[in-house]
Amino acid sequence: MKAIKMAEVQKHLDEFANEPVYIHLETTNGAYAKHFDSNAHNVGAYIRNAQIQYERGKIVESDGTYRVGLKTDGWVYAEGLTDYELNEDGQLLLAGHDQVGRLMVALQISRKPFQM
Amino acid sequence: MVDYSKHEQVVVIYPHPDDESFGTSGTIINFREAEVPVTYLCGTLGEMGRNMGSPFFANRETLPKIRKQELIDACQVLDMDLVMLGYRDKTLEFEAKDEVADHLKKHIEKLGATLVITFYPPYAVHPDHDAMGAAAFEAVRKMDDDKRPEVWATAISNNRDEVLGKPDIVVDTEPVFHRKLEAIKSHRSQAEGMLSKMRESSDFIGEYDSALQRLQYEAFYKVDVDQVNS
Repeated sequence: MKAIKMAEVQKHLDEFANEPVYIHLETTNGAYAKHFDSNAHNVGAYIRNAQIQYERGKIVESDGTYRVGLKTDGWVYAEGLTDYELNEDGQLLLAGHDQVGRLMVALQISRKPFQM
Repeated sequence: MVDYSKHEQVVVIYPHPDDESFGTSGTIINFREAEVPVTYLCGTLGEMGRNMGSPFFANRETLPKIRKQELIDACQVLDMDLVMLGYRDKTLEFEAKDEVADHLKKHIEKLGATLVITFYPPYAVHPDHDAMGAAAFEAVRKMDDDKRPEVWATAISNNRDEVLGKPDIVVDTEPVFHRKLEAIKSHRSQAEGMLSKMRESSDFIGEYDSALQRLQYEAFYKVDVDQVNS
């Protein structure tokens, strides 16, 4: 993956609009957050291969990281995104990594289901 | 002292590629040196791992392939057979425990295990660790008394000694630690984070010695599955 270029990502978001797509959305602070800090607790959410259709996808910059919102009959959004890739399967991968490369949030869009 | 050669077949049951290397590889090496076959039933491919590297070597979609190869490499270092069970990282606790137990039981029986090594639920911190251990306990519970293998369980929670007391078996891996470290480093995507944290720590005394300090001893509780609730 490489650092997000807003115009590039916006172009890809537009390409997936108004057709059925599969999304992968996750966020996590890791399975050991509480183990290493008893005041913390583990937090995460994960959805893979939910099918949605969005009429508008939009990327917004915020202090060096990015938010992406997809307007459906409801809403899908992710924040803290830093990197992106359009992979060889034509899937748009967006993720937010910390300084040592640990994934903290991901939003991915694909025309075909993500591999299980 | 453990009499490794008294066992005929060891089956190691953990959920993630690398659980075997960090926690149990010295013991595995000792069994293999005693010419006891060891098979790893690995639950998942660690698909939800968080370390993507800096610079990146993986993303969410490529990570499973990378970790699968690392797992194969580590099993080669440890001279251990490998069965990948095909569950998905972080979802094991949501599977039907009974079905997972049946699945494990089939493998345990087919291999003729005399010893099963797994995690000790609920003292294994990660939900997959606890779920895999619970299913392994249940698998043994489902077996006829006279066919049951011995069970050794790994506990890693901070409160383990208070609740469970001292472990029954402690293996000093120093004589085989070069190979243990080699197995760990086969899991490059997982080891790099630990190794770089180690290098930056104030008590760093070299990769081998610092890793030895942290990972020299492997501890197990002998479990009678009829005497535990999980």
